[in-house]
Amino acid sequence: MTRVPAKPASPLANNIFGNYSSLTGAYDELLDSAGAIRPSWRPFAEAVDGLGREELSRRWQQAQEEVRENGITYNAYEDVNGNTRPWELDAIPLVISPEEWMELAVGLRQRAELLDRVLRDLFGPQTLLQRGLLPADWLFSHPGVHREFHRHGVRDSRFLHLYAVDLARAPDGRWWIAGDRTDAPLGIGYALENRVVMSRMLPKVIRECRVERLASFFIALRTTLSELASHRASPRIVILSHGPTGPNYFEDAYLARYLGYTLVEGGDLTVRDDHVFMKTLAGLLPVDVIFRRLSDEYCDPLELGGDPALGVPGLLQATRLGNVAVANSLGSSIVESPSLIPFLPRISREWMGEELLLPSSATWWCGQKQAQAEVRSRLGKVSVRAAFRVGRMETPPPESLWSKSAEELSRLIESRPRDLIGQERVSRSCSPVWRGGECVSQHVALRVFLVAAEDSYHVMPGGLVCVADSSAPLDLSVLAGDVSKDTWVLSHTPVPPVTLLSSGRHAVPLRRSGAELPSRVADNLFWLGRRLERAQNACRLLRPVVSRLTSESGSETLPDLAALVHCLAQHGLIEPGFAVEPMRSLLPTIGQVLPTSMLDATQPGSLRSMFTAAHNNAALVRDRLSLDSWRVLHRVQREFETIGDASLFGLPELLDLLNDLIGDLAAFDGLIGESMTRTPAWRFLELGRRLERSLHTIGLVQSLFAAASANDTRALEAALEVADSIMTYRSRYLAGVNLAPVLDLLLTDETNPRSLVYQLEAISEHVENLPRDESQPLRGADQRIALSMLHSARMLDLDALQEYRTATKPSALERALGRLSTQLPKLSDLIGHRYLIHADVPRQMSESRRTT
Amino acid sequence: MIKYKISHTTTYEYDSPVAVCQNVLYLTPRSTPSQSCSYHRLTVRPVPTSPHRRTDYFGNTASLFSLSTGHRKLQITAHSTVEITERTLPPDASTAAWETVRDALPQNRTEMGLGDYQFCFPSPRVPILPELADYGQRSFTPHRPIVEAFRELTQRIHTDFTYDPVATNVNTTIAEAFEKKLGVCQDLAHVMIGCLRPLGLAARYVSGYLRTHQLEGRPRLVGADASHAWVSLYCGEHGWIDADPTNALLPSMEHITVAWGRDFGDVCPVSGMFVGGGSHRLSVAVDVAPVSD
Repeated sequence: MTRVPAKPASPLANNIFGNYSSLTGAYDELLDSAGAIRPSWRPFAEAVDGLGREELSRRWQQAQEEVRENGITYNAYEDVNGNTRPWELDAIPLVISPEEWMELAVGLRQRAELLDRVLRDLFGPQTLLQRGLLPADWLFSHPGVHREFHRHGVRDSRFLHLYAVDLARAPDGRWWIAGDRTDAPLGIGYALENRVVMSRMLPKVIRECRVERLASFFIALRTTLSELASHRASPRIVILSHGPTGPNYFEDAYLARYLGYTLVEGGDLTVRDDHVFMKTLAGLLPVDVIFRRLSDEYCDPLELGGDPALGVPGLLQATRLGNVAVANSLGSSIVESPSLIPFLPRISREWMGEELLLPSSATWWCGQKQAQAEVRSRLGKVSVRAAFRVGRMETPPPESLWSKSAEELSRLIESRPRDLIGQERVSRSCSPVWRGGECVSQHVALRVFLVAAEDSYHVMPGGLVCVADSSAPLDLSVLAGDVSKDTWVLSHTPVPPVTLLSSGRHAVPLRRSGAELPSRVADNLFWLGRRLERAQNACRLLRPVVSRLTSESGSETLPDLAALVHCLAQHGLIEPGFAVEPMRSLLPTIGQVLPTSMLDATQPGSLRSMFTAAHNNAALVRDRLSLDSWRVLHRVQREFETIGDASLFGLPELLDLLNDLIGDLAAFDGLIGESMTRTPAWRFLELGRRLERSLHTIGLVQSLFAAASANDTRALEAALEVADSIMTYRSRYLAGVNLAPVLDLLLTDETNPRSLVYQLEAISEHVENLPRDESQPLRGADQRIALSMLHSARMLDLDALQEYRTATKPSALERALGRLSTQLPKLSDLIGHRYLIHADVPRQMSESRRTT
Repeated sequence: MIKYKISHTTTYEYDSPVAVCQNVLYLTPRSTPSQSCSYHRLTVRPVPTSPHRRTDYFGNTASLFSLSTGHRKLQITAHSTVEITERTLPPDASTAAWETVRDALPQNRTEMGLGDYQFCFPSPRVPILPELADYGQRSFTPHRPIVEAFRELTQRIHTDFTYDPVATNVNTTIAEAFEKKLGVCQDLAHVMIGCLRPLGLAARYVSGYLRTHQLEGRPRLVGADASHAWVSLYCGEHGWIDADPTNALLPSMEHITVAWGRDFGDVCPVSGMFVGGGSHRLSVAVDVAPVSD
């Protein structure tokens, strides 16, 4: 490919864009036809040249690190293993001048208004069909047109609240429409996150270039959503997500946090008496507006069919009665099918009385005879693809058509003409992309977003750019591209700061409650607490073992290891065989086995699996955790992922890892303790943690007895180490280590945050404060069991240690601990049943079939 | 004119209590030029909290309700009184050539014309299948009067297919039913629609009932003790004409129309979703008796 080298516009330009050259045949965003930097890019070029290549590279790396730390992912193609790709952001934005943007925005608003009107007509009077502006064949062949969407007598309400357009710039410099997204468009969260990262990376540059801020768009979105329930002073708005298996869960959670809405899945909502409610710990709370990220195809399994686990049965009827508003309105998806494109210019001309301002790729719907002939005569020049998009899917899928020969395509068109279109390929423009310390030219496509505002639409001043090879057909969604870019729309005047937080036109009523906690979220928080604590306990158990195995004295310190090894085996961290005497001969083997077994992702009991399980729980409640606390967990997870071959890992490396992990997990605990508000969400996280720690402490003491090391000084010391209480012990007791004071610290000392009593006190307090029916005069079963455990721990008689103990008869203390260790799981179950168990997934009734 | 009293009871019984259920019913008989419904009452036990009625896209009456009180048994009973007047069908040979009807269908873009035309298109349960198109084409020879061809196709399906209530279930595809040449009225109706639409004709699925007690000396019709299904074809100036492939006849006074749609999925008599319940059993009882005033 020949390249046109850039002419230096100023001596400074040599720095960043010096070696940049355009791709032939494509419009270059940066350079004009003479090879000079376009005026709109000059402020950026100058500002970024001031930084220099090295500084830009350094900041970019930092920014990418931040993207990874924040765990920004996009699951482009749903992966069975749930593997997500990290989001990749380019260092160079796409810069667009104010004049150009204004012109583009006018065309985009026109298109949004047109599509909204088309929707209202097709689900209403259908004058478009009667006037022949849209072939009836198109509507009747559309598999996404559920007749249930049709509204009788409902007029003038808007369908399209959020609209996305995919744009590509042709060689002549004009922007072309490559696709419409009207169902539940993705990408506003990514566009926002890109901007957040870029503003941190180039704060001065972004200010100097006078880049329009995105916040105005989100303010408009919030206003529009609230106004859908204008009869309510403060409507309850939720984001309906496809859930963690969906392609954009990260974005859903991100938006929920940014916009301040509760993130729900279909199972969190229920329809009762034609109203929609959210199932929360405090009972059913009415929902006024649903901002859906789930395709309309899946929203109501009762009337539309589809996966019962995803949608909300009865939702459609609730919207018909006006009891809940859904954005975009159910049915909006039908106009994002590319087969509509060829009819829009005439609809606009004859129905709206104006020409479409923005051109779109020439498209022919094969459902019409003449158009079909056109496509068949152009096979090889046009791309053939599915005519309809239903539930974000195209049938046949695009990749199944790429490799087909012209002859095969011709036959396919003949057999199912209505399902196919032919579309002219539009080449994309090229723009500089930062690669290996310099700019190279690559093709870009732009997705722009519009939100309904008053009687028209508000265009996001920016958008999501995707960098993708021109060889990939344009019909791919912008989001399938590899690298993304921020879009900088410049302003002539200084840009005033706008933030979402201070946007309220009305006074916001103060709130302290956190009862709007869907049971599913509480469940995840509870298990996040339990699993993190479990991982932490494993680290604390392993550390003394590993440190003793690596110390010079080596196997001589065997007795103190016996109890710990027993405890490790109890927790399933090592093979139970290791806990059996004689151990001496086994110790070298433990040393060899530990690193691999701890780091093996395939073993369910390994430290790594434990942590991954915790990380998964955290990923499901990301909207509830602060960014800092999420980052801690995500960083640890990434460290595990980079370990690679665990067999090369020796004990010293394992010890380092354990030390780091203990520090990281303590950092997480600290962040939770200091920055999480004391809502039920926090209580569930805490409950999980305290329950797990109680079980752990009991297990540790039991192991001391089981391994017959209760009177071994070194074993007791090791136990203190595990319980992080060795310093306390030393400061209290100058003498050697004795059983009774150790047990006091571990079990009955109410001032030690690691003692059993301390955990049980916390548990009891949390259980007392969980939301419950105030009219019930008696304590619930969960309260009773928590109190009973606290009581028996307080009553533990350490003097009873003197009691004679035989192999067959456990001491009173051991019996008490045994009872507690069965009560704790019971409490966990009680809490689960009372608060956390998911309501069943709704099922389809067998249909009363004609038996005739 | 014959007046019928109809009762249609659907009972669901569950092993464990159902916490919530939502239902959509198509049990209200339509009014047509030859049929009028003078009485209709829907009884649901336990009593639902929010019953609604709506007219759907095809003009049928759909009833929706939900229950959020725990129950182990749900019983839905529809009582209707329907009067049928005899419809005189044109002599088969006098009807228009089927191609004429086919060609006129897309031309009429009035609301009513579009209402007919929509039934020319494939639907979720009746996709376009080449084998069905071929099968149908054999009756629709060039320039043949449409009702004559229609009657012959009805007869052929009746002859070629074996009525078998266990060979198929509610989810059997038409491809499968056609290949096995087995099925119940629902399968036969779907197959027949699948033969007609590829020809460019408008065919719809009719859900309804048959008279239960036959006149003496006449054989009892198949499907008389349950709900029934047949086909209707748009025949140009004569409007929509029904045919019952299960009984190989063109209905006149013994078929009561409840609802029509593109296929079974549009007019399923009772459908719904529930939470809880364990396993469940369904039983249906239908009685259609003529009454004298």
